[in-house]
Amino acid sequence: MRVGLVCPYAWDVPGGVMAHIRDLAEALMADGHHVSVISPASDDDDLPSYVVSAGRPVPVPYNGSVARMSFGFLSAARVRRWVREGGFDVLHIHEPLVPSLGVLACWAANGPIVATFHASWVRSRAIAVAEPMLRSALEKISGRIAVSDAARKSLVEQFGGDTVLIPNGVTVSRYVEAEPLPGWGPDGDTLGFLGRMDEPRKGLPILLDAFAILAARRPGLRLLIAGPGDADDVYQRVPAEFHDRVVLLGMVSEADKVRAYHSVDVFCAPNTGGESFGIVLAEAMSAGAPVLASDIPAFRKVLGDGQAGALFSNGDAASLAAEAERLLADPDRRAMLSAEARRAVLKYDWSTVARDVLRVYETVTSPGTGVVEDKLSAP
Amino acid sequence: MTTSVIILVVGVVLVLTAVYISWRAGRLDRLHIRLELAREALDVALVRRAAVCLELAASRLLDPATSLVLASAAHEARTAGPDQREHAESDLSRTLRAAVDQERFREKLSEAPGGAGLLDELDTAVAKVVYSRRFYNNAVGVTRTAQRRWLARTLRLAGYTEYPSFFEIDDVPPLTMAAE
Repeated sequence: MRVGLVCPYAWDVPGGVMAHIRDLAEALMADGHHVSVISPASDDDDLPSYVVSAGRPVPVPYNGSVARMSFGFLSAARVRRWVREGGFDVLHIHEPLVPSLGVLACWAANGPIVATFHASWVRSRAIAVAEPMLRSALEKISGRIAVSDAARKSLVEQFGGDTVLIPNGVTVSRYVEAEPLPGWGPDGDTLGFLGRMDEPRKGLPILLDAFAILAARRPGLRLLIAGPGDADDVYQRVPAEFHDRVVLLGMVSEADKVRAYHSVDVFCAPNTGGESFGIVLAEAMSAGAPVLASDIPAFRKVLGDGQAGALFSNGDAASLAAEAERLLADPDRRAMLSAEARRAVLKYDWSTVARDVLRVYETVTSPGTGVVEDKLSAP
Repeated sequence: MTTSVIILVVGVVLVLTAVYISWRAGRLDRLHIRLELAREALDVALVRRAAVCLELAASRLLDPATSLVLASAAHEARTAGPDQREHAESDLSRTLRAAVDQERFREKLSEAPGGAGLLDELDTAVAKVVYSRRFYNNAVGVTRTAQRRWLARTLRLAGYTEYPSFFEIDDVPPLTMAAE
């Protein structure tokens, strides 16, 4: 199948949407499909062979943050030419409500169009003003995909209709092997956490309380924390005598993140709710880290009811501490959980997710259909 | 002088109105095409699902009782008239859940020769029913809104096209193959 993917944000700035498109494109190509991506990009030289530049990205404030997007006559002309010359069976637009290449592609093309909605947004004046314009773009879309329940909910509330849900995937192979960080390594006494430190829903305070309970009993116990947030808030929560045993890495690079997963004996995911899937959990499982997670429904499902990772009572620091202690004392169980996790996570690998996306493509296409230029909207 | 200005203004207004109406009609036409394609995709997906169920029932890989309920539900779905179709398809979904969610069903089937392939086809067929029905109902919603507009009703822009209806069935997939 010939697939055209439209990326709304700059290719050279790492971000969730861009990573999603890159991984989807690579998974589809591995499956033997032809893929072309059009994306804003500031430098043509560094692009992978399957990416076409639609021009330089411009930073614009939109939906509460500043995004680097492309629009204007030049970009519109490039998108139109890409559609005309691509000969695609299906056009897959990402974030069609963002005023960037997605809207331009909707405008320039006719035929089977699929759209994926990533972000959730609050009902804003800007969206309300733009609604009639966006609505006519949305009317061209034959298949809508949401990556999370939140994204699906805001789309349905604002524009009606329904979507199918296909969550993000993990490229398992990227996490399988890495050197532990210097000075770290599974030594039988290391706990790990990854995520925003200042977001209560990620549950770091619960882990810190549990650490304070355990650290008094295990003199060698250390806690490795990676993720953005305020260090003072963290240290305030931990008794002063344990401060040197809690190490904050702050924001880490992609490579260091993988190494961090390989540096711990027990990876803790104390999230108190709201996670529709838990990408961090899936990454840790890919790396084979023994996982200890709160028993919220989403995690329970990913961990196969405790088969592929231990669970503790959500929000309960004492329960976390007790479970962590039991795991640290039992290397055999850790090894077993690690092996089970590596097996269970394959269900969330990109190859599986790409198969679902492909089913959507097959649903909206039929013999004789194909993406063509929309001559009516031609300038 | 004034007469020619009035004629000019009236002319411009008429042309603009005509352009607008033809644009609306064109848009409605596009929506109808999309709706038709979505309807075809839904039909294909439903027929395919029933066919895979029949194939599975006839494969001798299942116990006779499971084969029998699956075959009869699939047959009902294939032969149901337009009025009974939603019921019959929902029944097939329910039967599939009962069959596939049996203890160790997947393991046993994928161990049997040819079973893994059938299971794979069934997964795909079930997912495509969910997808195509969502997409079809979406197209119905948009088309209905467009047809109900004052202009479309007064000028009968929809022509003789029927007012489309949603396709409401229970298409919840078996637990072990839930796509979401």
